[in-house]
Amino acid sequence: MVSKTTSNQPVGVIGAGSFGTAMANLLAEKKNPVLLYARTPERAEKFQRERMSSGQKLDDLVEVTNDIEKVTKSCNVIFPIIPSANFRDMMRKMSPFLRPYHILIHGTKGLDLEMVQSEKINSRNPLTREHVKTMSEVIQEESQVVRVGCLAGPNLAREISEKKPAATVVASHFDEVIKMGEQLLKNDRFLIYGSNDLIGIELCGVLKNIIAVGAGTIAGLGLGANASALFISRGLVEMVHIGTALGGNASAFLGLAGVGDLIATAGSNLSRNYSVGYRLAQGEDIDDIINSMEEVAEGIKTIEIIHALSITYKVRCPITETLFRIIKKEMNVNDAHKFLMKFPFRAEIDFL
Amino acid sequence: MRKEKVRYSEIIPKTKQWPIVQLSRDRKKFIEEVSAESFEALKGITKGRSLREEVEMTIYREKARIRANPWRVDPRDEKPFWNKMQQRLLDSSTMEPEEARNEEEKILMEIIQRYAEEISGNFKKNSYRFARTVVTFGFARLLNATRVKGLTSLFSRQLDLDDKIHIVGETEHIRNLARQGTVVMVPTHFSNLDSILIGWVIQFLGLPAFIYGAGLNLFNIKIFAYFMNSLGAYKVDRRKKNPVYLETLKTYSSMALRRGCHSLFFPGGTRSRSGHIEKRLKLGLLSTTIEAQRILYQQAKDARKASKIFIVPVVINYNFTLEAPALINEHLKRTGQERYYQESDEFSSSYKIASFLFKFFTKGSDISVSIGKGMDILGNYVDDQGNSYDANGNPIDTVDYFISNGQITIDSQREEEYVRILSRRIVEEYHKYNRVFASHLVAFTAFKMMERKNAKLDLYNLLRIPDEDLVLDYEEFKEAFKKLRKKVMKLNKEGKVSVAGHMKKKADQVIKLGVENVGLYHAQRPLVLKNGKIVIQNMNTLYYYHNRMDGYGLENYI
Repeated sequence: MVSKTTSNQPVGVIGAGSFGTAMANLLAEKKNPVLLYARTPERAEKFQRERMSSGQKLDDLVEVTNDIEKVTKSCNVIFPIIPSANFRDMMRKMSPFLRPYHILIHGTKGLDLEMVQSEKINSRNPLTREHVKTMSEVIQEESQVVRVGCLAGPNLAREISEKKPAATVVASHFDEVIKMGEQLLKNDRFLIYGSNDLIGIELCGVLKNIIAVGAGTIAGLGLGANASALFISRGLVEMVHIGTALGGNASAFLGLAGVGDLIATAGSNLSRNYSVGYRLAQGEDIDDIINSMEEVAEGIKTIEIIHALSITYKVRCPITETLFRIIKKEMNVNDAHKFLMKFPFRAEIDFL
Repeated sequence: MRKEKVRYSEIIPKTKQWPIVQLSRDRKKFIEEVSAESFEALKGITKGRSLREEVEMTIYREKARIRANPWRVDPRDEKPFWNKMQQRLLDSSTMEPEEARNEEEKILMEIIQRYAEEISGNFKKNSYRFARTVVTFGFARLLNATRVKGLTSLFSRQLDLDDKIHIVGETEHIRNLARQGTVVMVPTHFSNLDSILIGWVIQFLGLPAFIYGAGLNLFNIKIFAYFMNSLGAYKVDRRKKNPVYLETLKTYSSMALRRGCHSLFFPGGTRSRSGHIEKRLKLGLLSTTIEAQRILYQQAKDARKASKIFIVPVVINYNFTLEAPALINEHLKRTGQERYYQESDEFSSSYKIASFLFKFFTKGSDISVSIGKGMDILGNYVDDQGNSYDANGNPIDTVDYFISNGQITIDSQREEEYVRILSRRIVEEYHKYNRVFASHLVAFTAFKMMERKNAKLDLYNLLRIPDEDLVLDYEEFKEAFKKLRKKVMKLNKEGKVSVAGHMKKKADQVIKLGVENVGLYHAQRPLVLKNGKIVIQNMNTLYYYHNRMDGYGLENYI
């Protein structure tokens, strides 16, 4: 016997945050039993008992658990949806049970930063792509899994849980992974698009968080729709420039996962990253904002990483740089916007 | 002082049991099987073209090739054959649809059979033995005659070929793997000499003969044709790029692998023109290893115990590539606008090769062949028993790569992606096993210094710098060389490159050795030491030898 058969084999979701929970419910809608992993036994037990997770009611087919071995061994398809900061550790925990037949489709829009201890990043040893990995790269480094994909697109968890229409991009080098994602998730109000540009699509989700933080500041300052649109357009250009330098194709940024997701997150207070910017503009302290948030806003860590990479690869990223100086408290939000209005962006629109 | 010599016994002493011998014994049947399988595959994959269009195109292209690029090895009946096929296809256009379809299939089958016959090697174990003796015995005699003085030198056993050619790396490992499953050797390719060299390495290590994918152009040269045929070569004709030919070729390779024939491809496809280590591999033949492995799993009663295919990267290191001047000129001509006049390839005649071989054995310039660690068809390392392990040391069952929903499935897109993964891994391994010789590093240092000094010139102008400017101060050169050597040693410690033993000597000695050896037998040596200066005599070949060290980021440390 090679392995068990599929009929009614459960699908795994790692991470019971708002997006993870929304995805678990979406999977269950198609009559797939779902194993939803929560990070502590207490939380798992509580969610399972109350049939609620992240403020969302759980579908009957969703079982919450804290047993990672059970999830990995009984599911061939797993969706890891956890903060980027914990991603590598989680993969290491799962790795002993993962096999090359597993399919992993992650929904984490952040970057992994790994450095050898004692390693100092400075001008002689700049931060490079060697240190910074996308989640699909982390999966492949830490496990035997090769059939890897990602989810990206305008997918505000709240709206999905309210059963409002939406679409997502499943990106993978493997057609079978895209097909699997479609088979498991697609329904009459949730569309699936496929893409083979895995890195490009991952970078879309990662980079748009930076612009979302910035767009939040514009709203927080009450600068209006014109300023917001100007900012988003400039932001898109910056995403394309740095995104292609890091290994994506420009075309990815113009699709649903790029522009699409950017418009959703840069214009909705349902987005965590947007709220961070909004509250910054209201004069709140960055540390207080981070501490008060229930879930991680990936944008903050991403700003720091992309800022360092833009220096290494000599890509001009004025928005990222300005936001970096804001979160490092070197600049206040008002001055930042004055600076951006003065900044000479001559070549910025002809990027294709 | 003589070192203790390692001698390897043959792992299968009875030649009769060699898979390649069995294959050549039922050659006819094998060709039939290959034809049948290719035929089935081709019927399935005509990409948006009808069978008729496919056949039409093949005939058209073949006729064009015969006109534009005829070779000495081409069979005489080529023209009539393709004319006949064309005529039959024309005639069939007036037939009933079903009858016409039948005729088209028949024509396709005949074309495939012709290709299969042409590709198929003609291994003869007696001539293999003979060729083997000639290579080892003959060369060893030549070596002794020229190196050891005295009347009896012709019969001296003091020096052997393995004094000249150093085999380093995982030699016992590859012998173990050849006992466990099917070995596919994938060497780097710099010189036409590689084929013969590798043939010798295979027999020296006591491995059964491998089948080779050798360029048909090599069969134009008589000496080569003889050796190739007897060493188990099958023919790859790079002029034929039509899908029918490619499919037949791939099926041939895949079926031979499934029969357990150890194989050898040069995955770069052709000799490196620029002197760079291969960065992009040809995926066609490489993909047959993955297909063959999947079929082996499908056919096995217990897939977990099926026979495995092992990929073994091999890096060949020379101080000197005979055909370098022609190769680099061809490369520059291809990449630059400048027109370079065509020089004839040094491997174009038997005489030139013979005189090279004589030089090779009479002068001291060594070759090293690094045998890499075996990998499975996804580039995971395997142990001596052939078990795969991931980077963290956890065991991997390779069959799991083909499993979807608990079953082995055929997914050609998936396998295409796997070939890319494998090819990336092979390239990584090449860089790791690339053995830095003094000659490579002096070439690199000298070229980079020239580049630095003339920062404003592009490559093509740099190569045309006037002679009087092609002089480097020795002390300055030594300084730069030492810096680079330090970095190379660091990379070596990190396991990213190999280093030849002589690199550890005193800097002056290493530089002298390097300068003396780089491009040793070229009419014009790239570098010479003159009056305490380093003089560059030929920028093109210097560029060629420098390229071998490209891709390690060394230029930042000069």
